[in-house]
Amino acid sequence: QMANEINLELCATMCAGIVTVFKLLLVPAYTSTDFEVHRNWLAITHSLPYKDWYFESTSEMTLDYPPFFAWFEFCLSQIAVLFDPRMVKVSKESYKSDQTLWFQRCSVMLTDAVFIYACYRCAKIWKNSTKESEEKSASLKSAVFLILAIFNCGLIIVDHIHFQYNGFLFGLLFLSFANLSSGSYLWSAAWFAVLLNFKHIFFYMAPVYGIFMLRNFCTDRTKGGISALLTLKIKNLITLAVIVLSIFALSYGPFLIDINQVISRLFPFKRGLTHAYWAPNFWALYNAGDIAFQIAGKKLNILKSNGTSSTTSGLVQNVEHVVLPTILPGFTFVVTILAMVPLLLHIWFKPSPSKSFSFNQFLRSIVLCSLTSFMFGWHVHEKAILMSVLPCTLLMMCGSKQDAKTFLLIQTVGHYSLFPLIFTPLETLIKICLLLIYSVYCYAALGNLYSDHPKSYLRLPMLNHVESLYVYGLALNELYGLLVHPFLTHKLPFLPLLLTSTYCSIGSFYCWLMLYYQTLTVQNVPEYVKKF
Amino acid sequence: LIYLLGSILLRLCVSLAPYSGKGKPPMFGDYEAQRHWQEVTYNLPPTEWYVNSSHNNLGYWGLDYPPLTAYHSYVCGWIASHVNTEWISLGESHGFESDQHKVFMRCTVIVADIIVYYSAVWAIWRFSHKAFSNVGFILAMFYPGLILIDHGHFQYNCISLGLMLWAMVGFQRNYDVVGSIFFCLALNYKQMELYHALPVFCYLLGKSLKLPWGNIIKLFQLGIAVVLSFLLLWLPFLASLDNMGKVVARLFPFDRGLFEDKVANVWCAISPVIKVKQLMGQTSILRLCSLTTLLLSLPSCVHLLRHPNMRIFKLSMVNVSLIFFLFSFQVHEKSILISAVSALLLYGELPTYIVTGFLHMSGFSMLPLLAKDGLSTQLFTTSILFIFLSNFNQPNLNERKLSTNGLFRKLLCHVYVWVMMSLTIPPPPRYPDIFPVVNAIVSCGVFLAFGLVSHLHQFILPPPVGVASDV
Repeated sequence: QMANEINLELCATMCAGIVTVFKLLLVPAYTSTDFEVHRNWLAITHSLPYKDWYFESTSEMTLDYPPFFAWFEFCLSQIAVLFDPRMVKVSKESYKSDQTLWFQRCSVMLTDAVFIYACYRCAKIWKNSTKESEEKSASLKSAVFLILAIFNCGLIIVDHIHFQYNGFLFGLLFLSFANLSSGSYLWSAAWFAVLLNFKHIFFYMAPVYGIFMLRNFCTDRTKGGISALLTLKIKNLITLAVIVLSIFALSYGPFLIDINQVISRLFPFKRGLTHAYWAPNFWALYNAGDIAFQIAGKKLNILKSNGTSSTTSGLVQNVEHVVLPTILPGFTFVVTILAMVPLLLHIWFKPSPSKSFSFNQFLRSIVLCSLTSFMFGWHVHEKAILMSVLPCTLLMMCGSKQDAKTFLLIQTVGHYSLFPLIFTPLETLIKICLLLIYSVYCYAALGNLYSDHPKSYLRLPMLNHVESLYVYGLALNELYGLLVHPFLTHKLPFLPLLLTSTYCSIGSFYCWLMLYYQTLTVQNVPEYVKKF
Repeated sequence: LIYLLGSILLRLCVSLAPYSGKGKPPMFGDYEAQRHWQEVTYNLPPTEWYVNSSHNNLGYWGLDYPPLTAYHSYVCGWIASHVNTEWISLGESHGFESDQHKVFMRCTVIVADIIVYYSAVWAIWRFSHKAFSNVGFILAMFYPGLILIDHGHFQYNCISLGLMLWAMVGFQRNYDVVGSIFFCLALNYKQMELYHALPVFCYLLGKSLKLPWGNIIKLFQLGIAVVLSFLLLWLPFLASLDNMGKVVARLFPFDRGLFEDKVANVWCAISPVIKVKQLMGQTSILRLCSLTTLLLSLPSCVHLLRHPNMRIFKLSMVNVSLIFFLFSFQVHEKSILISAVSALLLYGELPTYIVTGFLHMSGFSMLPLLAKDGLSTQLFTTSILFIFLSNFNQPNLNERKLSTNGLFRKLLCHVYVWVMMSLTIPPPPRYPDIFPVVNAIVSCGVFLAFGLVSHLHQFILPPPVGVASDV
């Protein structure tokens, strides 16, 4: 539907404009407690000296993001006070006024400009790096990327309904990617370090960053794995270390005296294995298995039916499994690391000779690494799936058809698994509409790009029959939770959630396996080389 | 499909906004009116719907729309009673407001919109190949005025206008009987559709007269269709003449005055200079209005009578309804929707930017009303989106240039600047109404200009090159 020559600037501005229209319309929508959390942070940073920021606990929404984010809130609060002075008063009760709402919502929208700009940079750099012969398909692909990234429905749900500042943070991440793809490793590292000091959850992908930088920037790429250690470029390593460390020093330096307090706020290990709603990861499957065993046990009279399962009670607390062994934080940590090791070794031992393929490998590893952390991490939040989905959008542009397929699956499952965040009726319709539009566009656009037009509706573009069935199953699951379950029974109020979570975790587990297989097997050799 | 879902999404998003009269006792607003009608129609027998009684205080949002609206309210009330009887309990539910109820009401509009309006737009797009191109299809779904009034302010205009569009589909496909039945339905949903009655009548009459011998049969068929559909719809009220009279009196309240708020019609626009309201008595104003309206719509109608083809018909629909809006008695801001929606059909008949400009302005002419409901942001955003889409989907590059340059653009800028001012700067104490009045005058000017252009097109100008008319 677009002209041959696609003007990326125009495309980005248009997407930005249209998406802002919808964001503005979403201002009166439901906000979660995160809205009050951020409001409270504005208040804390505005009314207290910085030394007390991490000690303040009048409200239970304490500051638990790294210092840069606190400074960011500090800057915002300087403007916020002009809108509504009561917004920046620390109080135990939550406070919400029209001005607060508008100010906070608009601050998210405005900081999203970083994200949009970063997406545009990525698209531009990639498009310029492609060969003449592929220019047409490249410009089409980059336009599709821009649309898919800017309209990302997960971001809209999480940022503009639920309320968070992810758009801005992903903007920083994409800036880092953009710099990496144009070969400036140092800038990339700097941006990523800054990002880590905004939101520490991005440590999920830090291992890949670390190893990749060491391998590709600090050693000789052409040498084999072990011998590469000998070719260490000391100068590069030191520059890199100085940049990263100085950013961390800048961030944590002022808080160094109370570093223990800061750390205890940032990493609250007292929470449970899974969040109230289980993020669709491996542990959700584990919990579901536990429940299944319980029910089976009761049926067969092996188990005494004394304790009801504490996992479904909907509170953030320590989970005690009844049948399967209970999991401890340290264990999840070990499992996560173990699951990452093959990937990290792979990055070290199989660096790609070509620049663009090396970047693809990097992106794929980033997606995989954050997905791994998501699958096996302790107390993972469902929003963390965005950390795989968004880089995967970029991978979709740069990578092969297989990557596009991964993107389709991850985005469908991941975005669908965000649904339980929003539960008020009108917003439910909106979220369904959002995901429908987004998915329809995704499947149609990518199907067109790779000219895969299935003959029947049973198979979706790019996917095979089983995967398509799975995707349709998501819709069935939603229909059941929305229309059938409320009329069927009033017992088991958590059943739809449990179903959603288990069903999605099957999907995300499948994605993880598929992506792992892909990463370890086919990516270093350009396709045209393989053919001949 | 993307656009379709997108427009539904837009409606849902607008639905989040507050509705008219939210939290404003004792009278609330149109939202409460619709809810009250559901209450009355569900709990009382049809004969009492339009009659003042101890159960039905007509002073409190008495039913003043034709029977089809009442039936629709009844259906909604019936559904509501199955969800929560509190929502429609007689007498006790006045001013009932809750989040759940809001969702329910919003959903009824969205469902009605999809069933009637979307289907009609789709049918028009489906059956006309060139004249009503994709642009028109997309823009018809994204037209801000309708979205804001129906899903924001709260009304069911989509039904009457959708029925009107269905009538157009009928006429376009040469099923004149079906078309006129649909038009009767539209008329019986909202009496304001009378704005369109003249052109429809002239079109059908003209077409019948063209036939050599069949004209009497044809007229007879049409007449029977109209009479029958009216009879059916009015069946419960036909028992006594007295009752019927009461219904009619409710539908046409002539005692309300020339205009209420600041409407963008001629009488209001010239009111700073000539105070028609004070110069003449009620009846003479009524006469003046009717006379000017009829006189001015005569040329368009006669022309249509002589050349009954679809293109002239569409133009005439817009022209006459616009003249009704501009000159007739007791006009409401929202009535501009009637000419605006018929103007949606003009995509392909007139240069796109003219139509877009008119539609865009029609949204802004309702600004005072929408601002009162807290919908100004929604108005802004949907209007910008509308302009965006209209430019983006423009197949003709020359026109795209034209529409982004020159007068059109300047006008747009002025409108936005002015509107921003009116929303942020408090009005000077001497003229508290200055912003709405200026808004009305400007809108009225644009409407007049558009009416003139559209008349010119009807009488003189050929259709744009490359666009073949349907008939």
